[in-house]
Amino acid sequence: MVKNLSKKQVSFTEISPSEFFYRNRDLAGFSNPSRALYFATRELVENSLDACEQTRILPNIFVRIIPESVNGDLSDPKSYILKIQDNGPGVDPKYVPNAFARVFYGSKFHLRQTRGMFGMGGTMSILYGQITTNRPVLITTSIDGVKATIFEMMINIQNNSPRILNKTVVDANGVTGTSVQITLIGDYTRGSQKIHDYFKETALVTPYANIVYADALGRISYYERVTDKMPNSPKETLPHPHGIDVEALRRLLTQATEKNLIKFLQKNFHRVGERISRKFLEYAGLPFNTKPSELNNDQMVKFGNALHSFKEFLQPDASCLSPLGNDILDVGITKELQPEFSAVTQRPPSAYSGFPFIVEVGLAYGGKILPAGIRIMRFANRIPLLYDERNDIAWKIVNEEIDWRRYKIPQDAPLTIVTHVCSTKIPYKTVGKEYLADRPELEKELKNAVREVVRRLGIHLSKKGSMEAVKRKMNIYGRYLPLVARFSADIIKAEKLPRYRKLLERKNEDNIKVETSSVLEEKKPQENIKEDVEQKVDTNEKINEEKIVGRQRTIEEYS
Amino acid sequence: MRRKLLEDKEQSKNIARQRKAELRKRIVELGQRIYQELDNGVFPEIVFGSRSVRNIVYDKKLKQYILGEKSVRRSTHNVKHIRPFAQLIWLAHFANKLTEDSKTSTLRDVFYSSQAYNMDFTDQSESDEIIMDLEVFLAKARENFNVYPEERSAIFGDLTIEYNVRGYEGKRLNLASHPDGYLIGPSLSTAEFVDTSAEMIIAVEKGGLFTRFVEENVHKRFKSIIIDTAGQAPRSTRYMLRRLSIELNLPVYILTDGDVYGEHIAMVIVSGSVGAAHLRDLTVPTAKWLGVWGSDIVKYDLPGIPLTDMDIKRIHELKKDPRYTKGNWLNELNIFLKIKKKSELEAFAKYGLTAITDKYLPDKLEAAKSM
Repeated sequence: MVKNLSKKQVSFTEISPSEFFYRNRDLAGFSNPSRALYFATRELVENSLDACEQTRILPNIFVRIIPESVNGDLSDPKSYILKIQDNGPGVDPKYVPNAFARVFYGSKFHLRQTRGMFGMGGTMSILYGQITTNRPVLITTSIDGVKATIFEMMINIQNNSPRILNKTVVDANGVTGTSVQITLIGDYTRGSQKIHDYFKETALVTPYANIVYADALGRISYYERVTDKMPNSPKETLPHPHGIDVEALRRLLTQATEKNLIKFLQKNFHRVGERISRKFLEYAGLPFNTKPSELNNDQMVKFGNALHSFKEFLQPDASCLSPLGNDILDVGITKELQPEFSAVTQRPPSAYSGFPFIVEVGLAYGGKILPAGIRIMRFANRIPLLYDERNDIAWKIVNEEIDWRRYKIPQDAPLTIVTHVCSTKIPYKTVGKEYLADRPELEKELKNAVREVVRRLGIHLSKKGSMEAVKRKMNIYGRYLPLVARFSADIIKAEKLPRYRKLLERKNEDNIKVETSSVLEEKKPQENIKEDVEQKVDTNEKINEEKIVGRQRTIEEYS
Repeated sequence: MRRKLLEDKEQSKNIARQRKAELRKRIVELGQRIYQELDNGVFPEIVFGSRSVRNIVYDKKLKQYILGEKSVRRSTHNVKHIRPFAQLIWLAHFANKLTEDSKTSTLRDVFYSSQAYNMDFTDQSESDEIIMDLEVFLAKARENFNVYPEERSAIFGDLTIEYNVRGYEGKRLNLASHPDGYLIGPSLSTAEFVDTSAEMIIAVEKGGLFTRFVEENVHKRFKSIIIDTAGQAPRSTRYMLRRLSIELNLPVYILTDGDVYGEHIAMVIVSGSVGAAHLRDLTVPTAKWLGVWGSDIVKYDLPGIPLTDMDIKRIHELKKDPRYTKGNWLNELNIFLKIKKKSELEAFAKYGLTAITDKYLPDKLEAAKSM
């Protein structure tokens, strides 16, 4: 349920973080009742999904929102009961109180991609519920499927400590997993659209999950699993030297047990070996053999600055990232958007300021669901970003930098672009906001990825266009040439029709030649016109693609 | 003085028969060629004169518009051509059948008949276009393959005709027998002229005036055959006027409203229309426009209507037409422009209902002698 709950990680300061979050709940997104309901739902669902994914369990998630009062006349904002249940690994009962009812201020020395922005969104939701309704959180969890423990708890905000009101053990009936139930003030009337959007978009990036959502009006939405494939789990990695600040460095140094700085760098940073270590220390003007803990403050600052300015560190590798992969993204898009055409692409890993990232972009075109117009669905570490779209870099790229006319795609095409950025640190512009800052590295990868899928749509459309042109032409010939034959026979009162069919066949071949600029050598019988056309066009896909790719290249060179 | 024309009957019948046979021969030749080419694996094509505006030129000798040198090639090889090609072949086939069965068809009939053969025309204007194409290809007016417009113009006067249409062969009729006149349709167009006492043909633009002329015995008083052109004369009417002019050797006089459109109605009877540049035998070069002229409006002090911008624009258009560059045609256009007025035939009612037949017509016929 809660991430990184290893003993190693339990090192935190107790400067009343509960109090801090209580006062700064806007930062975490709990700024008003409608947004709070959405955020609480989202944080708890993300925790469930993370728990399942980390243990490679195909997620089954059940979510229910019901008004606390049976009096339906009560108007929003009012008190709602939110329950999220998963089939994850469960949480060992001895960790439950701290995991759920205590706000950690953890300093993670190891990095890997996780969903949550703060890593403690679940606890935040519980805290928010408590401060708005003064109701306890109800947690049921089982790790073995034999016994389930039910906790009824509150958070002691001043002490940042859990207060267990009740704890019972019941039969788990063979089911592992965790359910969390909180009561909070929310505004469902105004928040419902975002919550529905959230589930729909989440279903798109987690096609390997079953999600059932029963909303406050009793409507149930099912998002069914369509693949058993899950994305690869991210590996934990050390921080990259470019991505560390002086404070984090200070902590690392004070806790370090290595006997010199060369070893310290090798042991605590991502992709730093002895050679680079020495080069760096030379560059920074720091002594090789000093014990890490013995550095003075000036040296520490110097160290920190040098880590950022030194150019020879290797780029971070992406093993700590968990992109969806083309297959899962495509399955998700196909499942949720049911397009006529889809394309997905994944860019090679890149990095900004020492944080590795991978951009994945998908495109859905046509079909019965998509409305007219170009839309964007943004995801960061598999979390749908539903707010602040117009400030996002993806919006800028799609609306300002892609020349749609070049791809012959009209502005009202039924088209959705899906962008997914995964990184150990998503470059949100500001905390609590849902848009990505325009980092040049990120912009470049996003732009290339969007171009790639749009280019493929362009090819699809032109292929479709020429296919249709061939079909249309053949329909015209197939319709009128027999008539010409018939009337000429009628005029001269001939008993038989002239043998015009071979002309139709030849016409068919000619048309394919014209449309695909290739040569057809074999002659095919009349009955096979359709297959013939399709086959022929397929073999030419490459040629078309090369043509278009070639053109695109020159455009990019000049721009 | 009655003209007996019967002795010509057999001859003219033969001419008509010969013309039909010629036309069908061309159609069959076309069918034969297309059939052979299809059978031999050749995409058939058909070439005929272009009816595009740029290919319409004025022939000074013929005093009418004709098609120039350019021709169009319509090939079944071209995807854009195959549909109109098929339509043209269908129409040739249909025309062949019509003439074979001695049946007639209106333009509208043609449009609907196509559907029985799984042949599609978007609308009647499309089938009308194809009919004109076939006219160009056959160098014959559609009346020759029994396709007629909706009849609306009429004829009245002492002229005995003998029908040629099936079921009426040999039947005779005097065209003064019914005061409303007779529609100039397929049966009348193909009928033989037997006998007449008329000494002139008077074509009027309007049905109202036609009726007045019948009432006022113009046919007797002026020994004339009266024709109502019902506005711009349809081709069958022009064809009839030409036959009357040539076969009866009678002068043709035209009375229209006193405006630029009326003047052009007269011009089209005299020297044909741009739209029928591919056809001969539709003009009456000897016909004369009696009025109402611009100068008549002044002379007779007729109630006038101010010219509209459209009228003035049309006058300037016509002034570019080579037929209007000299003589009375140009003169009257200039007078309309100058007086900035137009007038209708009915305007003579200002001087009494019969003023037009009692005064104006005799005046004009007198004047026509010196035209």
